[in-house]
Amino acid sequence: MSRLGSPQELEALRQSLVQSRDPNRRCVTICGGTGCVALLSGDVIGAFREEMKERGLDSEVDLRVTGCRGFCERGPHVVIHPEGILYQRVKQKDVPEIVSETIVDGKTIDRLLYVDPASRQKAVHESEVPFYSKQYRLVLDGNARISPDSLEDYLAVGGYAAMQKALTSMSPLEVLEEVKKSGLRGRGGGGFPAGRKWETTRNAEGEPKYIICNCDEGDPGAFMDRSLMEGNPHSILEGMIIGAYAIGAHEGFIYVRNEYPLAVLHAETAIRQAVERGLLGDDILGTGFSCHIRINRGGGAFVCGESTALMASLEGKVGEPRAKYVHTSERGLWEKPTNLNNVETWANVPLIINNGSDWYRGIGTEGSKGTKIFSLVGKVNNTGLVEVPMGMTLREIVMDIGGGVPKGKRLKAVQTGGPSGGCIPESLLDTPVDFDELDRVGSMMGSGGMIVMDETNCMVDIAKYFISFLEGESCGKCVPCREGLKRMREILADITEGRGQEGDIERLERLSETLLDCALCGLGNTAPNPVLTTIRYFRDEYEAHIRDRRCPAGVCKALITYSIAETCPGCGLCVKVCPQGAITLVEKKKPVVLDQSKCIKCGACYDVCRLDAVVVK
Amino acid sequence: MVTLTIDGKVVQAEEGTMLLDAATANGIHIPALCAHESISPYGACRLCMVEIKTSSGRERLVTSCLYPVEEGLEVKTNTERVLRNRRTIIDLLLARCPESPVIQEMARELGVEETSYPAEDHGNCILCALCVRACEEVVGVSAISLVNRGVEREMAMPFYDDTAACIGCGSCAYICPTEAIKMEDSGDTRTITMPNNVVEFKLAKCSVCGAYFAPEKQLEYIARKAGLEPGFFDRCMDCRD
Repeated sequence: MSRLGSPQELEALRQSLVQSRDPNRRCVTICGGTGCVALLSGDVIGAFREEMKERGLDSEVDLRVTGCRGFCERGPHVVIHPEGILYQRVKQKDVPEIVSETIVDGKTIDRLLYVDPASRQKAVHESEVPFYSKQYRLVLDGNARISPDSLEDYLAVGGYAAMQKALTSMSPLEVLEEVKKSGLRGRGGGGFPAGRKWETTRNAEGEPKYIICNCDEGDPGAFMDRSLMEGNPHSILEGMIIGAYAIGAHEGFIYVRNEYPLAVLHAETAIRQAVERGLLGDDILGTGFSCHIRINRGGGAFVCGESTALMASLEGKVGEPRAKYVHTSERGLWEKPTNLNNVETWANVPLIINNGSDWYRGIGTEGSKGTKIFSLVGKVNNTGLVEVPMGMTLREIVMDIGGGVPKGKRLKAVQTGGPSGGCIPESLLDTPVDFDELDRVGSMMGSGGMIVMDETNCMVDIAKYFISFLEGESCGKCVPCREGLKRMREILADITEGRGQEGDIERLERLSETLLDCALCGLGNTAPNPVLTTIRYFRDEYEAHIRDRRCPAGVCKALITYSIAETCPGCGLCVKVCPQGAITLVEKKKPVVLDQSKCIKCGACYDVCRLDAVVVK
Repeated sequence: MVTLTIDGKVVQAEEGTMLLDAATANGIHIPALCAHESISPYGACRLCMVEIKTSSGRERLVTSCLYPVEEGLEVKTNTERVLRNRRTIIDLLLARCPESPVIQEMARELGVEETSYPAEDHGNCILCALCVRACEEVVGVSAISLVNRGVEREMAMPFYDDTAACIGCGSCAYICPTEAIKMEDSGDTRTITMPNNVVEFKLAKCSVCGAYFAPEKQLEYIARKAGLEPGFFDRCMDCRD
């Protein structure tokens, strides 16, 4: 592969790629994102290859394995172009039929179409699926259109045009101004204006300067950065090169957790391809600007997502944070000015340069511009990755895009911002989602985790879960975080296990204040959020546990009992699933009998009963 | 020089001085356990938190051992918010080290008579890392470190038993603020007792007075580092001219 020695050569290559690609040519795209791979899309891909070869179609039909398309709940996804027919939950055995019916005969297979649970309407195209139609996919757009390991694919959809524009027709200061004007705020959690951070790094004394891409996403249930790095790695490289140019850096690092093997692989491939083509490395496109990017794999410590801990880890030291009274943009990696942004922030940069800051400012709210990707998980019908303009309400995201709560249950709360975010109650579902509004209700944007909870979630138990997670991830350097989180977890365990006392809520609040005020880093400062928001919005649940020894949601084992209702027809399903043999069938068409002394409160009977005859109190 | 006020008192300090040091130099006491004049600041104990108001009017809590002095800064070391947090922190430390006289005394000074949490027994170690930092920064041997993470964190030698790097100098015992590391010389042997290790060293004997005065290993280390002649340490400090 030859190096592109000038912007003209890049443009010529792009033109030839675009012209050689007939938009009306038949193409099958299959999702190869981690979610779909787990649902065996690898088998589907293999079956397509084989089937097309057997039928001699492999020269007429293109096969493209793409990155994550977001709708993981319904994977694996197959889209047949040019019509754009969307098949969901495709299995290996469906492939011969898809090839003969759709690819050869042009017919749609009804059974593989998405059915909207609310309207019962079948959707043939992606645009008819509410999950997609209400989103605004800018950053994620490329994921569905390109193969992540193909530089040609990326170039054909306009890739590296923003870099070309920046390097050839803009000065570094003009690029910086454009990003500042766009209002782009860091997507990693803090929401700090990216342009201002760039500017501080640019103006800081000390050479060399470094840039870092933070791909150490570690929130339970979050996979935004992962999917971007897996699905469109070149867009991140392009953003980083533009940033390096604006800042005056020539060296960059992608810090990616080793638990993301596909992200590591695709980032490596992208770097190799970009270097081979002269889009990265020395004298990029013959412009004289050089930028080298390397990958560093993290060991999976949550705290290493914190910038100073990440930099310590990158230097080969123990990943522990330090105080940030001197910002990393002034003294960061190896004591040099260092600009760190997360994956999604970098991926926004080419869009801003291509379309201009005015266009970008037109999306979002007053204080938060652009779109945000959320990983919508938990008790929601449409689990997946969602990209929406800032300012969309939680209700629209969870109800319209997410399709609401499964099994007709009542929505109780939405946890945003990852483990150190907060639980927002149903009553605040009309909160517009942007950096400032989420802060105002006591939660935060974080990197974009969104966990939906229904009436069967106990909020004290949820708080205990997050505090346990953070306790396990605390580095242990400072006293409030190390000792304080342990004590908070103990108090929460006492409450959920029936040993709660008057004063526990106040003790939790006192510890929370000290973590907020005194912990050394952001992990500790934000750790009390799940406790504080659940106390703020669900205090009655805490009190029920402490005063009445009762878990209203029926979750905390020490506080609940299962019983059989009079309406039980004695079908015996629960008898079969009870691992303790605690339930016996007495008489036909009469309620079964539950022996409390044998019951371990596993809930298997409750889950299996179709008639709500198992009661939990 | 930078001019700032601490608890209403106008003080001057050289640029780069940390608030804690500036306060101490002016006779203002801020409690701290992990700070030491010979070791670079670390910020682990969080007892030295103070409230500040910058010249631009921003108010917040900062760690005084890590926050450099600024022109026009207003520092308050004893506000209700500061004291409330200090009490919570010492309460947590008292639960961790209920038998430590240093912690007990400090808790009493801050108005905490007994801990609000179930007391545990971690010995007297508060994980301030002064020993580890002294061993690395001052002695230069890094014989000890903090191992594990979070609540499992503890101070130990490599793999809990590799004592090879330790020269027996006792700096760790000297600098430990809570006496969690003990050192005892008896006859020709020095014993250093750490939370997870007990190490013994043979002491060198003075050729003049016959007293045992320092571990042989430490003397070898110093001689090697300083390029001294063999036999330089044949007599103790008292018997030198």
